[in-house]
Amino acid sequence: MKIVVLVKQVPDSGAERTLKSDDFTVDRGSASNVINEMDEYAIEEALRIKEAQGGEVTILTVGPDGATESIRKALSMGPDAAVHVVDGAIAGSDAVQTSAVLAAALGTLEWDLVLCGAEATDGRVQVIPHMLAERLGVPALTGARKLTIDGDSRTIERQTDEGYEVVRADGKAVVSVWDTINEPRYPSFKGIMAAKKKPVTTLSLADLGLAPDTVGLANAYSAVVSAAPRPARQAGTRVTDEGEGGVQLVEFLAVEKFV
Amino acid sequence: MPDVTPQHPLALFGTDELLTDTERDIRDTVRRFADDRLRPHLAEWYEAGELPARELARELGDLGVLGMHLSGYGCAGTNAVSYGLACAELEAADSGLRSLVSVQGSLAMYAIHAYGSAEQKARWLPEMAAGRAIGCFGLTEPDFGSNPAGMRSTARRDGTDWILRGTKMWITNGSIADVAVVWARAEDGVRGFLVPAGTPGFTTREISRKLSLRASVTAELVLDDVRLPAEAMLPGARGLRGPLGCLDEARFGIVFGATGAARDCLETTLEYARTRLAFDRPIGGFQLTQAKLADMTLELGKAVLLAVHLGRRKDAGTLRPEQVSLGKLNNVREALAIARECRTILAASGITLEYPPLRHANNLESVLTYEGTSEVHALVIGQALTGLPAFR
Ligand SMILES: Cc1cc2nc3c(=O)[nH]c(=O)nc-3n(C[C@H](O)[C@H](O)[C@H](O)COP(=O)(O)OP(=O)(O)OC[C@H]3O[C@@H](n4cnc5c(N)ncnc54)[C@H](O)[C@@H]3O)c2cc1C
Repeated sequence: MKIVVLVKQVPDSGAERTLKSDDFTVDRGSASNVINEMDEYAIEEALRIKEAQGGEVTILTVGPDGATESIRKALSMGPDAAVHVVDGAIAGSDAVQTSAVLAAALGTLEWDLVLCGAEATDGRVQVIPHMLAERLGVPALTGARKLTIDGDSRTIERQTDEGYEVVRADGKAVVSVWDTINEPRYPSFKGIMAAKKKPVTTLSLADLGLAPDTVGLANAYSAVVSAAPRPARQAGTRVTDEGEGGVQLVEFLAVEKFV
Repeated sequence: MPDVTPQHPLALFGTDELLTDTERDIRDTVRRFADDRLRPHLAEWYEAGELPARELARELGDLGVLGMHLSGYGCAGTNAVSYGLACAELEAADSGLRSLVSVQGSLAMYAIHAYGSAEQKARWLPEMAAGRAIGCFGLTEPDFGSNPAGMRSTARRDGTDWILRGTKMWITNGSIADVAVVWARAEDGVRGFLVPAGTPGFTTREISRKLSLRASVTAELVLDDVRLPAEAMLPGARGLRGPLGCLDEARFGIVFGATGAARDCLETTLEYARTRLAFDRPIGGFQLTQAKLADMTLELGKAVLLAVHLGRRKDAGTLRPEQVSLGKLNNVREALAIARECRTILAASGITLEYPPLRHANNLESVLTYEGTSEVHALVIGQALTGLPAFR
């Protein structure tokens, strides 16, 4: 099975992240950048499928020059090759545009399955898998906490707030995963040393036959018009127990959907 | 006001720039493993004086840490600097974990890799690299530590077999090892033997009530007329040069390792000094505290520079044993001084397992002693400088 895993480089969610003051895009220059956490689970799932039934795993990244570092780290976990779409015109693209670039890049590759994280920790838009599947004309199996491949059929357990749904599709598909699906491996030292020697194909918009004026911040379908830092944490609600404190706590948990 | 964003002590030195991408990736992987898998349990292991060594060995084997700088037989085959960086990350967690890895990779596996027969290598190295088999290294005896030339353990021929007799003391991994590399005096000089656990006459006793390296297994090995076949001897080692060659390898890891312990102490202490208030001010704002922090940062940075320098020499094949002594003497001594100084800044909080400096300091007391005491390394350097041996 030929699997393509979408990998995005994002600012480290453990560190201070900021938006640029002029156009509200993520300030990638000042942040320390890492592989989007959820994508590591997608890579792990792809590697497990390859280990179980053979095949090939290719990383696909759309991102600036600096994303090569995340590509190298992704490859050190074990994938075979990577494709890096890099073009200055792409900067500031929204999900609609990014999905078009991804679809065009997948057009240059042979693949049976696309795996990706269910969301990126920077934008948290959660729509790329759906948009991409639509553009590719294949089923979208999104938000998986479990993926089973049986011959031509792919079955997921889609994680929901209340439980899970079983969703099945046959043939090519886009599958997005949550961090409940597996436990990603650490790159092994052999993997780290091999990563630098693995093939990384760099593609520009011209290589993909996409016009520069279809992508980028200026041509985006959506725009961030304002942004404000999260207000400081409010003081919590105090529950005084006058016999029915337990009931009040349970009600709070229910309202907040914790139970 | 100028830039006030606090910097990491090593960012001040810019030591990261001395490393390649691959070296940094290896270091970052070990750091992440240590953060996820080791740090949450360290205080508990230390207090209990126990370590889930078998389980950890498997995980370390999966990463590729065990015998990582050796080639073939399932070993990762990294350069020496990468090995050093891995040691530093493990020791930033706890010297006991670095000890587990040093003994496995640099003492036991290295001995087999360097001096073993083809059969011995094929039998043990892949298992040990994967962490499915654990090794130990028995050189020190109850009465002979700094002077292993005096060892009393003997290996005598009986037909083609060997009969081993003697006691080894302070042996890391001793009671959990699947195979012990044991050094004993034969007719033609000191020889090394592979003694599998469970061989009749071979028993171990764990040493308890330690105040240092509590998250590490230390044991006594007793060899009571242990009969071994001819193939148990390491054919490539004759004389003390055999075990001493292994010790040079392990000491090299300590040169880096000690910097990890020191870094962990200093990171903890900087954070504490920025937030702990006394007389209504963060204690990091007092000049006396800053002088301590500045001096510790200098020593840490110098130690890391020295370690990387020696690592580059090792990779170039130009590292000499007396240079390893420079590194071991300086870096362990300074790391211990840093750990103790950090404890003074943490004050009362510093005496518990909530904070790592005193745990590191206690560990470093062992590190100061094993793999050649600091006195012995001073004598090695003294001999290199004067040409006059002062050992006896
Ligand atoms: C936790 C731990 C783990 C260990 N693991 C291992 C292991 O896995 N395998 C192994 O073989 N050994 C191991 N050792 C043993 C260690 O290598 C020895 O303790 C060390 O070599 C010192 O020997 P000793 O303790 O007998 O001290 P001694 O040799 O008795 O020395 C006592 C003191 O005298 C000093 N001294 C000795 N000779 C001289 C001299 N000529 N001039 C000046 N000063 C001198 C020493 O520096 C020291 O301060 C371990 C030790 C510890 C504490």
